[in-house]
Amino acid sequence: MSRLFPFHGGLKTVRHKTESNALPIEPGPLPRRLVVPLRQHMGNVAKPSVQPGDRVLKGQMIGQADGYISAAVHAPSSGVVAAVEPRPVPHPSGLADLCVIIETDGEDRWIEREPVDYRRLHPSDLRNALRNAGVVGLGGAVFPSAVKLNPGGHCERVDTLILNGAECEPWITCDDRIMRERAAEIVAGLAVMAHLLEPLKVLIGIEDDKPEAIAAMTAACAGTGYTVRAVPTRYPSGSVKQLIFLLTGREIPEQGLPLDIGVQCFNVATAHAVHRAIAHGEPVLSRIVTVTGHVQRPRNIDVLLGTRFADLIAQCGGYRDGVERLIMGGPMMGFALHNDDVPVTKATNCILAASAEQLTPEQPVMPCIRCGACVDVCPANLLPQQLYWFARAREFDKARDHALFGCIECGCCSYVCPSHIPLVQYYRYAKNEIWAREQEKEKAELARQRHQARQERLEREKQEREAKLRQKAPPRAAAETGTETTGGAG
Amino acid sequence: MVIAIFALGALAGASGLLLGFAAIRFKVEGNPMVEKIDAVLPQTQCGQCGYAGCKPYAEAIAAGEAEINLCPPGGPNGVAALADLLGRDPPPLNADDGLEKPKLVAVIDEQSCIGCTLCIQACPVDAILGAAKHMHTVIARECTGCELCLAPCPVDCIHMTPVAETITTWKWAYPGAAVRAAA
Repeated sequence: MSRLFPFHGGLKTVRHKTESNALPIEPGPLPRRLVVPLRQHMGNVAKPSVQPGDRVLKGQMIGQADGYISAAVHAPSSGVVAAVEPRPVPHPSGLADLCVIIETDGEDRWIEREPVDYRRLHPSDLRNALRNAGVVGLGGAVFPSAVKLNPGGHCERVDTLILNGAECEPWITCDDRIMRERAAEIVAGLAVMAHLLEPLKVLIGIEDDKPEAIAAMTAACAGTGYTVRAVPTRYPSGSVKQLIFLLTGREIPEQGLPLDIGVQCFNVATAHAVHRAIAHGEPVLSRIVTVTGHVQRPRNIDVLLGTRFADLIAQCGGYRDGVERLIMGGPMMGFALHNDDVPVTKATNCILAASAEQLTPEQPVMPCIRCGACVDVCPANLLPQQLYWFARAREFDKARDHALFGCIECGCCSYVCPSHIPLVQYYRYAKNEIWAREQEKEKAELARQRHQARQERLEREKQEREAKLRQKAPPRAAAETGTETTGGAG
Repeated sequence: MVIAIFALGALAGASGLLLGFAAIRFKVEGNPMVEKIDAVLPQTQCGQCGYAGCKPYAEAIAAGEAEINLCPPGGPNGVAALADLLGRDPPPLNADDGLEKPKLVAVIDEQSCIGCTLCIQACPVDAILGAAKHMHTVIARECTGCELCLAPCPVDCIHMTPVAETITTWKWAYPGAAVRAAA
């Protein structure tokens, strides 16, 4: 076994895994109404391909992938499309986004499924199949997997394929459970990925606090040549950059991609989804969600996309008294929701009902004392304190020069800050401002070009008009010239 | 003595020739500052500054004829960017020309539109589509919110609506004291 390369910083956080990882994955409810957002992935929103009143079958495409970085969306169950309209989605803003609302008929009737043999398919057809099956990164980043499985141009060859089963964030156990229960299917999906990328070695990184998952995956990998590597339990070992460094000792350049250094990394649940899509012809219709925290019976549920959070909370016996905040994702990187009447999407790995004790007590923000604790824990090797000053003073250019975009928003700095400064909030704010200004600049440039084109057109039209006028009225023009000549002579 | 005069004279002559050649060969057309200033302006082409568009305003600033605080769509951030570019202290936005407003987009009430094409002629960025005696419509993505189409409309069927915030345009707010880190 080759050695590990510990990354800088990181934290030993509270774990809170045992609350939800003891019970097997339970099937979720079949709600009467499913609200399926058309933006469940990075990139362009899917184009709706159904209209209100249409009958849909389970697995039927209801949103087409639009553009290269996009993925399809499917009906999670059979029924009738009630509406295609904006509905609140799980997002820190609480804003609405375009959703397809399906009234289910309870029959859960499948569309005809077409499994394919991936060894016989052309790589680009295989990637297209994954794109049309709506396969995206189920670790939470929801980047279309078909794009990541196309190494073209980024590097000569992908030498290492990494499967991410680290699951470093406290409370979340959905990857733990899926590895324990569906290891064979995960490895089968991994084989499809390896077929496309042709890596020299395949590594599976799992934090060592999940011995059952490590055992299950090791057993499933027998005879495949894939290596399961236990990594120390240290947040954020499940972050792509940190896991790649941990396993290979290679660093991704700032704002670069894993492919730039010949590595590609996927979540274990994504590998499972790839297998279901290829070997069973089933698009992504459901995902495992950890429902935990201050609920009666925390557990993992295999949930149809579009199911309301409230229905899952109900399946777990409802809230316990004193829930302070509902969080999607974990306590470190997740975000607070405005209410529980939002649908589960492909990004929903965990629903955490946090009580007051489980949250850091609200403390007044105090001035930075330049203690440097944030620098010690930053796993991205940044200078959080320096970035904080720049973001606070809105000196965005300087923040960018200090590698603001290398920040993975893991929250370690905020966690250790003795002055309780919401550091990550400042970085998010600064990143958003920089993006918004760039977009504004692009828009202004477009307006400038259109204005210029218009000015040129008006000028051209004026000249053409004058030219026509001169042609049409030669006598007067001649007379004028004549007068001038006369005047000149006189 | 003679050698020194001769040497210095030759040096001066050679330098003069070199500079003269450079002045012709590397001549800069127009004022390069205009492009830089124009790049900072928001390109709404609204004319609220009193000039016929962003480029004329940029030319006026470069020539030292106009103040840098006359552009309401650019807002205080725009004034600050101009001040930064020109190495001046940012003055407060001149309120006489109007105040910074939320982003607006023109919407034509298609029921009332008579197809007179006056708004099409007024739009500085060709963002209105239509033909004579046919209904017109605004290409929302291209509209800069300059409001120049409002005045020419004989039936007052154009109004400005704020651009709604969506998931993709939403931004994290500047952290206030009330923000807590959930951990």
